Amino acid sequence: MTRLRLPKVLLSILAIVIAALWAFPVYWMVSSSFIPTAILQSFIPTFFPVNGTLSNFTGAVADGSFFSALGMSVAVTLTAVVFCILFAFLAAVAISRFRFRGRRSFLIAVLIVQMLPAEGLFIAQYKMVASVHLLDSVIGVSVIYVAAVVPFTIWMLRGFVAGVPADLEEAAMVDGLSRFGAFMRITFPLLAPGLVASGVYAFLQAWNEFTVALVLLPSEAAQTLPLWLRGFVQASATKETDWGQVMAASTLVAVPVIIFFLIVQGRLTSGLVSGAVKG
Amino acid sequence: MSIATTRRLRLRAPHVLILPAIVILLLGMGYPMVWQVVTSLQKYGLQQQFGKPAPFVWFDNYVKLATDPQLWLVVGKSLAFCLITAAVTLAIGTLLALLMSAVTKAARLVLQIALLLAWSMPVVSAMTVWIWLFDRRRGAINYLLDMLPGVDMNRFDWLSTPLTFFLVASIIVVWMSVPFVAFSIYAGLTQVSDEVMEAAQLDGANGWQRFWGIILPMIRPVISIVLLLQLIWDLRVFTQIKLLQDAGSKSGDYDLLGTYIYKLGTSAQDFGMASAVSILVLAITVAISWFYIRSLLKEDEA
Repeated sequence: MTRLRLPKVLLSILAIVIAALWAFPVYWMVSSSFIPTAILQSFIPTFFPVNGTLSNFTGAVADGSFFSALGMSVAVTLTAVVFCILFAFLAAVAISRFRFRGRRSFLIAVLIVQMLPAEGLFIAQYKMVASVHLLDSVIGVSVIYVAAVVPFTIWMLRGFVAGVPADLEEAAMVDGLSRFGAFMRITFPLLAPGLVASGVYAFLQAWNEFTVALVLLPSEAAQTLPLWLRGFVQASATKETDWGQVMAASTLVAVPVIIFFLIVQGRLTSGLVSGAVKG
Repeated sequence: MSIATTRRLRLRAPHVLILPAIVILLLGMGYPMVWQVVTSLQKYGLQQQFGKPAPFVWFDNYVKLATDPQLWLVVGKSLAFCLITAAVTLAIGTLLALLMSAVTKAARLVLQIALLLAWSMPVVSAMTVWIWLFDRRRGAINYLLDMLPGVDMNRFDWLSTPLTFFLVASIIVVWMSVPFVAFSIYAGLTQVSDEVMEAAQLDGANGWQRFWGIILPMIRPVISIVLLLQLIWDLRVFTQIKLLQDAGSKSGDYDLLGTYIYKLGTSAQDFGMASAVSILVLAITVAISWFYIRSLLKEDEA
């Protein structure tokens, strides 16, 4: 046994070194956001937050545009997540519980749409949304987000629905429940992890999305957080970039996502894998 | 509920269930797709933006596109960027997944948390940090490299030549994408049963043989999907390039397909050409994913 231990110890040390390297940019962002600007202006990087301060944060949110962007992000994300999960759930039930005409074509369509890059469609999406006067609106962006995320979510939920044996439902129906009742009482609770996983997936996609937002939300008043952050960085770069404030702004956008993500990641990964791989 | 109504319900229910998804897909993807195909066959420039009807020029845009050396350069750069970045991501992701399964529980947890931190960073936040790390004057990377003996990286401007510009872009994309790959493959590895591995070990297979002979075939489905997703994502990379251009140069030398289309659409206002190039990107994407889609459908039938 002792002979086997040594490589394991060495590999473990290697793993920890790689972990430190990988986490460094995140650490750097958070750490720098607490360092006073005067110290950051030096040409020697500051690797530990000394003389910690919150002034970078107060400076970053001072003009109030952060809060309007936060409001916009919350509105867009909530709308997108709710409709995405609802539509994907219904479609996933249809695919995995029924054989019907058009099922195969629908599956092919979902798979192909999943591969289509939003980056290849944004000109057309801009024209479409502009022609119905929905630029700078929550609805315009949300429609595109739901359409972009729903295929993958269907695919993911399909794995979960298929994972609940139909026999369970049938047994409940034999015991006197209706088909709908059996589904709601038996299958639905078992699907909760799948719904959470796909909800988080949709949340992350909508919250972090940049390209479509850049095109469909041209006015400053309608910016989501990623657009706000980009604007903040650019505004700061016109003078001598205030890296402390920029890192504070960056942290403000990232930290909610990071916390949320760490809480639910286990379910997310297993959902991605079971949905995408096992099918 | 009588048997007759149940049967009727069964026939109709699935179509009602998929209806909302179909409507939203037609609206958000289908219509823009059709518009794009139609527009790629039209002359759609600045005048058309102001209401002039767009005349059909049929394949003129595509002919122009096919004979434009500038575009083929962008296509070539995008494909090279995509292949190299996806391959590096897959290699590092696989190695980290193997590492995760070989280390102590505590070390694995530390590595997983670090990867999760990188994975969960919103792309604009991540870009902001990386641009600072690579900053010419105050970047930590130049500072650290400069400390190595014999290396002079003081004030080295990473974003000033296309090669180093795309190297930086690639490093950032790899950093962001490896966690997804590593976790997916690690999840695949945990499905490989210990008994099979022990049996192979007893039969005298060394680590290398066990990897190629047992582990790799068993995780092949996971590998093929993550590789496919990486290829597609890296081909259409836009945000990273756009934000690096914000920090460096906006010149055409620093374009990949995403920013090239964006510029055609926004600064040149040539929607006809922009649509034609988008269709080209979609065609490449479908070509890459075709085999995968076919194999998935076969599995579904089985």
